[in-house]
Amino acid sequence: MSERIPNKAHLDDAALIEAFSKMWIIRQFEEKVDYFFAKGMIHGTTHLCVGEEAAAVGSGAVLRKSDWMAATHRGHGQTIAKGTDINKMMAELFGKTSGTNKGKGGSMHIAEIETGNLGANGVVGGGYPIAVGAALTARLKKTDQVCLCHAGDGSTNEGSFHESLNMASIWNLPVIFFIENNQYGMSGPIKEMAKVKDLSIRGVSYGMPSITIDGNNLIEVINATYDAVERARKGEGPTLIEAKTYRWKGHSKSDAKKYRTREEEEMWRSQRDPIANFRKQLIEAGILTDAQADEIQVKATQAIEAAVAFAEAGEKPTADQLFVDVYAD
Amino acid sequence: MREITYTEAIREALSEAMREDESVFIMGEDIGVYGGAFGVTRGMLEEFGPERIRLTPISESAIAGAAVGAAITGMRPVFELQFSDFITIALDQIVNQAAKIHYMYGGNVTIPLVMRTPGGSGTGAAAQHSQSLENWTAHIPGLIVIQPSTAYDAKGLLHSAIANNNPVMFYEHKLCYRTKGDVPEGKYFIPIGVADIKRSGKDISVIATSYMVHKALEAAEILAKEGIDIEIVDPRTLVPLDKKTIIDSVKKTGRALVVTEAVKRSGFSSELAAVISEEESFDYLDHPIVRLAGAETPIPYEPNLEKLAVPQVNDIVEACRKIMAAK
Repeated sequence: MSERIPNKAHLDDAALIEAFSKMWIIRQFEEKVDYFFAKGMIHGTTHLCVGEEAAAVGSGAVLRKSDWMAATHRGHGQTIAKGTDINKMMAELFGKTSGTNKGKGGSMHIAEIETGNLGANGVVGGGYPIAVGAALTARLKKTDQVCLCHAGDGSTNEGSFHESLNMASIWNLPVIFFIENNQYGMSGPIKEMAKVKDLSIRGVSYGMPSITIDGNNLIEVINATYDAVERARKGEGPTLIEAKTYRWKGHSKSDAKKYRTREEEEMWRSQRDPIANFRKQLIEAGILTDAQADEIQVKATQAIEAAVAFAEAGEKPTADQLFVDVYAD
Repeated sequence: MREITYTEAIREALSEAMREDESVFIMGEDIGVYGGAFGVTRGMLEEFGPERIRLTPISESAIAGAAVGAAITGMRPVFELQFSDFITIALDQIVNQAAKIHYMYGGNVTIPLVMRTPGGSGTGAAAQHSQSLENWTAHIPGLIVIQPSTAYDAKGLLHSAIANNNPVMFYEHKLCYRTKGDVPEGKYFIPIGVADIKRSGKDISVIATSYMVHKALEAAEILAKEGIDIEIVDPRTLVPLDKKTIIDSVKKTGRALVVTEAVKRSGFSSELAAVISEEESFDYLDHPIVRLAGAETPIPYEPNLEKLAVPQVNDIVEACRKIMAAK
């Protein structure tokens, strides 16, 4: 390999810098959303993915724009990684008509079909069969598109997980089941909710290649997803990837995090921060200097400020919008 | 015009739509070589092949959800749920996903799918294979709900359902499958949301759904001999509901009998009665609205008990006599 940081997808320096930048955009987006929620400027609820940026960006980096992606309720990062417009995302959270969903969906339903984003899902495990269906379209229309199906550890205990993995497998559909195992389904520790040590074991029983990786290592995520996408494009069927990671924040905005220790949180923040670790890798490889890395972080902050300005400038839906789009023409 | 069965009429609509549009395909349990539990897709595997007549594992949630995903990405899937009772397993995908995505995504995507499924009792299949649960989906904004009673309606409405850009719940009835009727060859559409007067009459408006239409027609013959002339209104689609035809009929007759097979409590009969009583038809009523509907029990196995659990021809006759006797 000729890349300074070898990776199976052959992402060059520019592409890796882009991935680094996206991770920062995701983190800054989430921190900003957290701030607005705390101030009561955004209502409802939200599920933040701070700490899980490498999983979202590494898997998304391997996809083409024409590929599909189904996101989870903790989907802002996955959505940004797929290329959804952050201005429209922020506007959606502000409930504006300029939002991705015209203010009708909010955090849990952000979708942008033109970039292949089939939407986040408020139902745990709800996206699995939908991703299978998208892959079925690729099969029936004989395209080489694939569908990246994001999901969380908790969802592997839903019936839809098992039904969908089996269906995708028997039909050899081009789906990548990407499990972000952030250790907790709301408060339920996955180690208590599943008897198997690695959730990838569950994929094996459906006859598909399954792998457990360090979800906080960007290059490892890129490599595993690349292999899975290649298989899918060649018509060799689905793959299950379990990416072990950790969510730094609580489940949603009201979470006292009594189910885990501060020491555990501190270990993940200080030693396994996906952004800090990849930054170190980029600098050691000579791809970025410290100053350049800092500048990328600053630019991410600026991009989020611009997204907030876009969101604030938008209009709230008028009352007549209540009945619009219940049914399609 | 030729006479064919309700089953054949549905198969014709499916086949015609599939010949015309490559994006239409069918998924379901046992729909291939077996031809479907009730034989609706018999012979279609031979014509269209296993890619488009797609035999699925017994996974109702994945079947419904794969239809949603395929619909979002440009296909027009039709899926067969072997018995409507099994909607319990598919409901998340129908209620939380299919029904809501168009709205929730700000109208940026459509979900053109059809769920075909047989409901109703009368086959001795007992409590888990005989229910009439159509009201569950009629309650959900975003879904269209159709309940054809005749072969003619089934074919024309199924063509409209497949061409529609919304998720359509198409409830067939097991006892309707063998009924016959005049059905045109080739494609035709019956508009969704238009009721049909199955029999004109002047004394009582009998608003009946699905197989109850046939029972009402039988009852009408008996009542006619006694000088009672009932009008039978078949809503055909529950959502959207053609309120005007129902209201106009009641305004004409001044009496309303609602007949559904579904359990009375919180069933669609409640909705029909509410529509009649909250609209101008109320002022024309000479008698309180009467509802005949399923007993508030699970459907029992033993044939006599099974019959007792849902309205029968004689129940309709008796109810009409009683309404007319109360002057």
